[in-house]
Amino acid sequence: MSNGPLLDTNSPLTADQAERLNQALAGLNAHQLTWLAGYVSALSANGTVASAPAASAGTAASPAAEITLTVLYGSQTGNAERVAEQAAEHAKARGFTTRLVDMADISKKDFKEPGHYLIVVSTQGEGEPPDTAEGFYELLDGRKAPKLDGSHFAVLGLGDSSYEFFCEMGKRTDKRFAELGAQRIHDRVDADVDYDDTAEQFIDTALNAFDALKGDTGSTAAASAPQAVAGAPAATTWSRKHPFQAEVLESIQLNGRGSAKETHHIELSLEGSGLDYQPGDALGIVPQNDPSYVDEIIELLEFNADHDLGDGRLLRSALLQELEVTTLTRPLVKHWAEQTDSAELKRLLEEDNREELKQWLYGRQIIDVLRDYPIKGLTPQALVGALRKLPPRLYSIASSLEANPDEVHLTVGIVRYETHGRARGGVTSTWLSDRVKPGDTIPIYIDHNKNFKLPEDGSTPIIMVGPGTGIAPFRAFLQQREEEGATGDNWLLFGDQHFNTDFLYQSEWLKMREQGLLTRFDVAFSRDQAEKVYVQDRLREHGQAVFEWLSQGAHFYVCGDGDRMANDVHATLMEIAHTHGGMDEEAAAAWLRELQQSKRYQRDVY
Amino acid sequence: MTDIITRLRDEDLTTYAANEKLKVDSDYLRGHLQEDMADDVTGAVREADTQLTKFHGFYMQDDRDVRSERRQQKLEPLYSFMVRCRIPGGRLSAAQWRVIDDVATHYANNTLRVTTRQTLQYHGVFKRNLRQHLKTINDVMVDTIAACGDVNRNVTSTANPNRSRLHYELYELAARISDHLLPRTRAYHEIFLGEERVHGGPGEVVEPLYTQHYLPRKFKIGMALPPHNEVDVHINDLAFIAIVEDGEIIGANVAVGGGMGSTHGEPETYPRIATVLGYVSKDKLIDVAEKVLMVQRDNGDRHNRKHARLKYTVDTMGVDGFRKALENYLGYALEEQRAYRFEDTGDTLGWYQGEDGLWHYGLFVENGRIKDYPDNSPIHAGMQIKSGLRAIAESFDGDIVMSCNQNIIISNVPEQHKATIDALLAKYRMEKNITPLRQHSIACVAFPTCGLAMAESERYLPTLLDKIDAVMRDAGLANTPIVLRMTGCPNGCGRPFMAEIGFVGKAIGRYNLYLGGNFEGTRLNKMYRENIDEETILKELTPLLYRYAEERNEGEYFGDFVIRAGVIKATHNGLDFHDQ
Repeated sequence: MSNGPLLDTNSPLTADQAERLNQALAGLNAHQLTWLAGYVSALSANGTVASAPAASAGTAASPAAEITLTVLYGSQTGNAERVAEQAAEHAKARGFTTRLVDMADISKKDFKEPGHYLIVVSTQGEGEPPDTAEGFYELLDGRKAPKLDGSHFAVLGLGDSSYEFFCEMGKRTDKRFAELGAQRIHDRVDADVDYDDTAEQFIDTALNAFDALKGDTGSTAAASAPQAVAGAPAATTWSRKHPFQAEVLESIQLNGRGSAKETHHIELSLEGSGLDYQPGDALGIVPQNDPSYVDEIIELLEFNADHDLGDGRLLRSALLQELEVTTLTRPLVKHWAEQTDSAELKRLLEEDNREELKQWLYGRQIIDVLRDYPIKGLTPQALVGALRKLPPRLYSIASSLEANPDEVHLTVGIVRYETHGRARGGVTSTWLSDRVKPGDTIPIYIDHNKNFKLPEDGSTPIIMVGPGTGIAPFRAFLQQREEEGATGDNWLLFGDQHFNTDFLYQSEWLKMREQGLLTRFDVAFSRDQAEKVYVQDRLREHGQAVFEWLSQGAHFYVCGDGDRMANDVHATLMEIAHTHGGMDEEAAAAWLRELQQSKRYQRDVY
Repeated sequence: MTDIITRLRDEDLTTYAANEKLKVDSDYLRGHLQEDMADDVTGAVREADTQLTKFHGFYMQDDRDVRSERRQQKLEPLYSFMVRCRIPGGRLSAAQWRVIDDVATHYANNTLRVTTRQTLQYHGVFKRNLRQHLKTINDVMVDTIAACGDVNRNVTSTANPNRSRLHYELYELAARISDHLLPRTRAYHEIFLGEERVHGGPGEVVEPLYTQHYLPRKFKIGMALPPHNEVDVHINDLAFIAIVEDGEIIGANVAVGGGMGSTHGEPETYPRIATVLGYVSKDKLIDVAEKVLMVQRDNGDRHNRKHARLKYTVDTMGVDGFRKALENYLGYALEEQRAYRFEDTGDTLGWYQGEDGLWHYGLFVENGRIKDYPDNSPIHAGMQIKSGLRAIAESFDGDIVMSCNQNIIISNVPEQHKATIDALLAKYRMEKNITPLRQHSIACVAFPTCGLAMAESERYLPTLLDKIDAVMRDAGLANTPIVLRMTGCPNGCGRPFMAEIGFVGKAIGRYNLYLGGNFEGTRLNKMYRENIDEETILKELTPLLYRYAEERNEGEYFGDFVIRAGVIKATHNGLDFHDQ
């Protein structure tokens, strides 16, 4: 957050108010500012300053006569788990509301509220965490680490002192929780292989320390005030013209080693933007061109990269950030035909040669035309004038905002191919995968899509067909349904090339199935066996069930490739209506039309 | 005599080790395996069933090299199965070999591994290929039943059944014992081979020997023909040491309570060598095997799996107590043990002639891994062991036999075919620079597939051996054999605790160093240094090897020397293994 002075010109305050506020804010650190943001927000929610006594914010939290103790453990062989169970039992016996949580099962949102953590963790090999806790420590050490202000903790490390890094994970946890703002209320204890007595004693004295917190309410009050986004412009102000600069939090290649595919999971921060989205919405990204490609054009035309275009813009940066420099369009070819007077280009543009032009355009890019049909005396201004604006790229959002506060996730298929002796790729996808790194910011905005939405009634069953990157919105759907506790059945169908390497978000789906959120889950991997199998084949196999679900009011969603997959799925639904619903072609078509009109059959295809 | 069913019938199984209830609840090893096999959104089987698949001969594993990266990629671990064959005595025909080899190519990771129990295992078999894999090998009469799990495992016998009439007789006994002690449930045939389930009548006894409880833990049988001990017979739960009189096998000494497994930091666990109880005549061997198994079935510790092997039962009951219980089950007494002597534990390598005039070739296979190494491989560059063995198996109709030292014997080669075999060995570059040290080395599989591994083994030992070989050469020990073994964890698959020099993994790059086993495989070693890295390993071993070169007596082995020189105390049996 910028700490610059408040001016009466950019705020609704009078000059006098602004000055007084600036004085008051001058000495505050980041932590205090965060507290203040929440405090002011709470005040504003309660009405005016005058009607809200200042002291009330300090005691706003419910009296913490009772505290909930989270016994958090990371265990490889089961020893730490057993100690944690023991701690939880003791805590319960002593009247704590107690939760026993495996590090494997905890996520960032569990840290939204300040908590009280009794932590037991073992150390493996050369100072490594238990396998199941690796994700937890990545969270803790990463840029998405939760803020733990107002939390309390005590750590018991289990280890083997014959190893060099004895109880390393206990030490790391202890240090990190403190760094993240939590308060240590009991010194860390490192227990060796004969840990029983040490553990017992630790549990006893640590619980004493937590006991002492009961009734001590002040320390948790600040963080329990609602989070405010002070200074953020209203959500509606971000648009494709004025995109929000979102920080890239993570970019993960989802395909395993040896895959022919390249799909990235990208997480962006919306912190401070006030942006709001619903599952089914898309995210617009304003990309940048590949600098090596831009430089090639400049070199080919023997231009000066820093040529001033006359309006303050420089040639290279305009080509990089503002203009479409790859995709060939008919208007551009027409413009070039006129300028070069090329008979060949003119012939291609004739009405009768539309199909040939399409073939010709396929795999060719602007640079090919620049090279093969040079315009004598072409100026930088003329080039820029001939190019269209770089269009933003839309991606179906892969996250639920409620499940991931202040974040938006994308599933981006990286497009790369080779034609006419040149490696080419999608502008946005290759930019995101090759040149954008976590910590960078990229310009984004939300593109709302009213026609791809979860049923309003959470008890309505849904069928989701999302092969390849078409899976993205369904991750958002399922996260949302989990967050809302929606009771409707969920059936997901996914497909890609290979089970071992291309099963996007596999571990998340498996967890959802285990939790019962995913009622049915069918997959088709086209290249794991001699005959190719696709999602529509799975639909056909389970046609009876598909028809039953739809007859019982299920909504049907399709996302992904619009050229073939969506059509094949549609044709399969026709078949199912015939086979299992006894409808003739006309009736089946009418049935599907009716489903579409009543918004029970929705598609997000590209 | 109370049998296990009677004894356990009214027990609360939850007080036993978790696996005990699992076995009883499994409907004779079926569990949910049918559903697991049909579940195509995961390459795994559910956790409880991972215990049951072992009884059917395969373990679920995952590629640990990519475990962490796949977790970040939101992919489940790269699960696959290690499939272990049941090949009593290690003997396959060349025709069987060809199919076994095809299966490795099509359904596994294109390698085979000779195990320390004289059989073959496959790695990297994905769930979707598992049924076809098993069907194909069963078609050539090789199964995987009881290759793992709480049952009698592959029965080991001498390294080459075709070497002499006596060797063959012992091999046949091993095969008969293996068949006799097989589980009787049809679960394997139903789930993996497509057999229809036939429900028996109300009085049906599915597992007359094992009962629904099976054994408390794995059970291993080995058979040796002195003076050679290439099967390392003392590491077995039950060891038969054949006694020969006037050129005939007349019977065997019966030894019980061997086993390697232990756990770091838990001195109540220890490796142990089998104790000889007595002698029985040949006609009683199968009966003795069955009754030893029953004594363990009914007396083994079912509360604690780390204390459930027969070796602990023997130490709990006492040797005399165990013998009494056994004689009670047998209905007759064991005779006084006969004299025997072992000389070595190694295999005969290169060409040698059998009793009947046919030839045999002992092929050294480092760590038992049968594969084709690419020309740029850091180890064994260009060696095409898999293709070479395939070509050999196509060139004749003899046998291909696995040894407990993880080597291969190309067996029953007619004189006139020797040249062809020699040419193929050369063409596929199947052998190179085998020093006596390397020849007597064993490494277990460890990373990346074994879920128990704490440190590298198979992928690391060849490089470490290069370095120790260099020290040996400089010390003037180039032609001296030393038994050296490495495992990635203390469970002991590579029999590290019997080695003259043993390494047991503690963490990546770190090992405990053990010294003082003997060359003939009748003495355990003892820990000499804990948790050391390669630099320290070489620093510790170098002066010891120089001293050995200098001070050894005529014919004295390294393992005996370190004890005589006071470097390490001798271990007498499992119970003093941890005494320093």
